Amino acid sequence: MSGHESLIDELLAGKHRALARVITRIEDRSPGYRELVSELHGHTGHAEVIGVTGSPGAGKSTLVDKVAKRYRERGETVGVVAIDPASPFSGGAVLGDRIRMASNVGDMDVFFRSMSARGSLGGLSTATTDAVKALDAFGKDKIIVETVGAGQNEVEIVKTADTVAVLVPPASGDDVQMLKAGILEIADVFVVNKADLDGADRTVKELREMVHMRDASPLSGHHGAGADEHDGADIDAGGDGGGTAREPPIVETVARTGDGVEEFLEALTDHSRWLDRTGERETQARKRYAAEIRTLLREDGAALVEAELEARGGLDAYVDAVAARETDPYRVAEEVLAPVADCVRDERPD
Amino acid sequence: MSTEQDQRTIRCLVAKVGLDGHDRGAHVIARAFRDAGFEVIYSGLHKAPEEVVQAAVQEDVDVVGISILSGAHDTLVPKIINGLEEYEAAEDTLVLVGGIVPEEDREALYDLGVAEIFGPGSSMAETIEYVRENAPDR
Repeated sequence: MSGHESLIDELLAGKHRALARVITRIEDRSPGYRELVSELHGHTGHAEVIGVTGSPGAGKSTLVDKVAKRYRERGETVGVVAIDPASPFSGGAVLGDRIRMASNVGDMDVFFRSMSARGSLGGLSTATTDAVKALDAFGKDKIIVETVGAGQNEVEIVKTADTVAVLVPPASGDDVQMLKAGILEIADVFVVNKADLDGADRTVKELREMVHMRDASPLSGHHGAGADEHDGADIDAGGDGGGTAREPPIVETVARTGDGVEEFLEALTDHSRWLDRTGERETQARKRYAAEIRTLLREDGAALVEAELEARGGLDAYVDAVAARETDPYRVAEEVLAPVADCVRDERPD
Repeated sequence: MSTEQDQRTIRCLVAKVGLDGHDRGAHVIARAFRDAGFEVIYSGLHKAPEEVVQAAVQEDVDVVGISILSGAHDTLVPKIINGLEEYEAAEDTLVLVGGIVPEEDREALYDLGVAEIFGPGSSMAETIEYVRENAPDR
């Protein structure tokens, strides 16, 4: 325990090594990591979190490098969490985003951490959220979460962010491809990177059409389609009303040369101001905490059931019984869960 | 708590330092480590020792593998190890050197804290096994 306390103290005192080690504990889910993150929570809430996603090769890392540099020039400290896929076969990974961070060499105030999407993606969004907390508690002004965007899982991850930028490279397919990509719904800012390439104008045009169509759809509203179905019930309604609808701007950049980066930062600041003006920042934060609690409850609940299953001698006997048509999966689930449900009912204060 | 686990993924930094532009070996090692289930952070070419240290500290790697074929190991490796010491990261980081290191230079590197040197002809399986067995216990 004292090891934990000194680790937290060192992190809060600004020791890079301690911050790095805390993130490792979080990633490994090593024993005691939960207490660590609990401790950190009280020290968070000061950083601005920006999510950057897009297809492989869209230029995310290069753009993040340039953005980090610009923040540093303004005297702000930066944390970056870059997530790369892991091999589904060996679980190993080559994490290459760091190579692009050429503008911030030797600057320890840009804390860059590569993370691999180890196995379960539910776990990854928890690990990302917790790593962001560590960076926030450390005192970073800006935290950038960078991840390859390919589907629903990435949506979960970037929900950690206050502002989400989606990178779309030119000539990335026709408008049907854009319809397909579920990540379009989560964008607060669109970036057409590599804007010096052929086809950039057309991509901007197609995006603009998509954005207009999105606004016309019944799902419009901030993070509308991405919102968790449960969330609506526990959060104060409102804030998402027609008055606050916001059309995501489309920015053109050439990250390699730095062209358009200033405009991109301007768009981020605009969104940040909008969050404050509409009270959306608080609504979002509440949604995030609700989602975090739910995720943890789901994981812990599953672990509880797993333990109960273990105590009953594992799943095999049930599977045999189901295969022999003696029972069915629904009845098994009910049977295993019944004592748990009983306990909960008995313990619940009326 | 049951959502905690004891198993750890080994993280390695594969680093190229200095003017040496031969990265085939580093690429092959990075791939082999990935296939062995390690997480590999590849530094890219022509890194300064300070960059390697920065990466090793921030990424909290268990292993730093320095690939050098230029003969500059006796100036670059000490800089990296000193840098790690500065951040109190030297004692629980396994430092390996791969590449061309003449026999007479090896003792000095071992004295500095390099755990092992893998020269031409080292087998991939051997290297992976060595990392598995010697990755620091944290």
